[in-house]
Amino acid sequence: MRRIISILMENEPGALSRVVGLFAQRGYNIETLTVAPTEDKTLSRLTLTTYGDDKKIEQITKQLNKLIEVVKLVDLTEGPHVEREIMLIKIKATGAQRAEVKRTVDIFRGQIVDVTNSLYTVQLAGTTDKLDAFIGAVEAQVMEVVRSGVSGIARGEKVLSI
Amino acid sequence: MEKLSGAEMVVRALQDEGVEFLFGYPGGAVLHIYDAIFQQDTVNHILVRHEQAATHAADGYARSTGKPGVVLVTSGPGATNAVTGIATAYMDSIPMVVLSGQVRSDWIGDDAFQETDMIGICRPIVKHSFSIRDTADIPEVMKKAFYIATTGRPGPVLIDIPKDLTSPMAKFPYEYPSKVKMRSYNPVVRGHSGQIRKAVEEMLKAKRPVIYAGGGVVQGDASEFLINLARELNYPVTNTLMGLGSYPATDRQHLGMLGMHGTYEANMAMHNADFILAAGARFDDRVTNDTKKFAPGATIVHIDVDPAAISKNVRADIPIVGPVEHVLEEMLSIVKEIATKPDAKSLARWWEEIDGWRDHHGLRYEKNDNGLLKPQQVVESLYRATNGNAYVTSDVGQHQMFAAQFYKFDKPRQWINSGGLGTMGFGLPSAMGVQFAFPDSMVACVTGEASIQMNIQELSTCLQYHLPIKIININNQSLGMVRQWQDMQYGGRHSQSYMESLPDFVKLAESYGHVGIKVEKADQLDEAMDRAFSLKDRLVFLDVYVDPTEHVYPMHIADSSMRDMWLSKTERT
Repeated sequence: MRRIISILMENEPGALSRVVGLFAQRGYNIETLTVAPTEDKTLSRLTLTTYGDDKKIEQITKQLNKLIEVVKLVDLTEGPHVEREIMLIKIKATGAQRAEVKRTVDIFRGQIVDVTNSLYTVQLAGTTDKLDAFIGAVEAQVMEVVRSGVSGIARGEKVLSI
Repeated sequence: MEKLSGAEMVVRALQDEGVEFLFGYPGGAVLHIYDAIFQQDTVNHILVRHEQAATHAADGYARSTGKPGVVLVTSGPGATNAVTGIATAYMDSIPMVVLSGQVRSDWIGDDAFQETDMIGICRPIVKHSFSIRDTADIPEVMKKAFYIATTGRPGPVLIDIPKDLTSPMAKFPYEYPSKVKMRSYNPVVRGHSGQIRKAVEEMLKAKRPVIYAGGGVVQGDASEFLINLARELNYPVTNTLMGLGSYPATDRQHLGMLGMHGTYEANMAMHNADFILAAGARFDDRVTNDTKKFAPGATIVHIDVDPAAISKNVRADIPIVGPVEHVLEEMLSIVKEIATKPDAKSLARWWEEIDGWRDHHGLRYEKNDNGLLKPQQVVESLYRATNGNAYVTSDVGQHQMFAAQFYKFDKPRQWINSGGLGTMGFGLPSAMGVQFAFPDSMVACVTGEASIQMNIQELSTCLQYHLPIKIININNQSLGMVRQWQDMQYGGRHSQSYMESLPDFVKLAESYGHVGIKVEKADQLDEAMDRAFSLKDRLVFLDVYVDPTEHVYPMHIADSSMRDMWLSKTERT
């Protein structure tokens, strides 16, 4: 089962390598990973997606919690949450295709952020599924895809902070 | 405020931590620190002959005293030589602080002379590591390192120190923090009371209980509570390899070691138990055999200070996260006050069954009638000569298992071996650490002719510091455990498992300034052993030739349950 684990950790050199290293060392997979400092510059928020059964995820979260620089973490998939990923995608668009691509972008509520004679660069935010669906729906040649990896936050009153 | 250089800060912090011994080896990147060491006499620096030995010596010191072991090595090869010892300490949760030199900060990343990314190399084998970036941070980092290494589930902590930050030219105000607070590190200090009570209630319902106690009981100084609890309940106790000594081996309630080479009665009791109290043990694969077939009818209570150890290998029915000493103490007080008492009738039947297993297949071996010694005889002779009172370190292999089986450890911290990593070469340097800590105690290193050669150079350190260690070299002229597996699983094809061209260990010991004694026949053993221990101020290397064909039994049959064992070369359960 796919999980989104969101980690609040010390914004210190080496902290990220410990998280990533732990996954390699213990044979867990990281599907996506995104990390940036929070409003409190001493803290970073790291979100990663991984796959595993309950036993495996329990081990992953316990092992992550053991890392000295990890302050707190939550498995967002345990409760209601919002997840978003941003994608920048370059699509070949010439002639009649230009209108077609534009239409698909509108349907997915994307934005065209750069245009050349033969290309559109599209920005799209949404769940991983939605971004996958967009790539599937575009009936033009995809030149380049850049995805941010999943970010997430719990719905409602729940807050991950110190 | 007093102003100190980075190097002086490092040494002063060690003094402020009450460090008695610093095991190390100098080199370019740590010369400033060595100069600061030269100018004081509180911290005794012990010069080893190889950095691996520095870590094992610090480790032996830590295991025998409960205090953190401290190591100082230079950058590059000095640091990488220490890696095996750091990993050894990590696997057995030993408190250790390792200071490694680093090239000057502006050269880091340039592949400078003797540069190595020690933080990167050690990441999976340390509890935590620090890279010093500013001289002024040294006191706080040192404090944090000792705090992290010694609290919660202990472990090694590495501090990497670039040379320029220890320069005598720059002085900074020094104040050693009296305590440290880290928002991201708060080891649990008490077990959950509700869980503990629930566990005790379950424990008192048991008809076939076993207490399975591991290294955590030794490290947590929880032995007294374990003993009182077991005696109060009249429940049998088995120890892991790391837990030996936490419950007196000569006591009737002790079933011996469990696991791959555990006793028949311990493994049978575990398999047939309806209740297992796991205290400071981690259901290691050398204990459980196939976890799917592990103790099928047992309710499992697991006490561990590390939440990640619980339900990692075997699901715990009642998990208790907390320091094992506090949890056992609390269990003991509940057991004493609660109205429910253990089911005496069922317990009597259970003990009858256990005694039956003991009678049938207790630890035993057949002596040769041609005078060729069995390795077990050597351990028995050591036990007799030391009245069971020696600190015993070991290397890894058959001799380690024979020592664990046949030396009856009655006290915690008496038995010192590399359980988790299984590091050959651990025995002699760890014995040095023990002997430094306890200069007046008997320290024996049970080893083999293969293991001892992995850190044989430390005989020189032993001479320099007059360490009267007794090395009991159980010499079977082969890599005994490898050979045993080849006998059992590879059709007796002894691929690379024999030791040709052995040195004359007696002459070798003598050339290092020690006493060497060779024993080739059974009737020479006891006298030689007594002579070794009568030379109280000398290191004695006892080179004892034994039967190379002997195997360690019992031995678990792979991928089966705990009750499936080879009991000798021809009998199995």
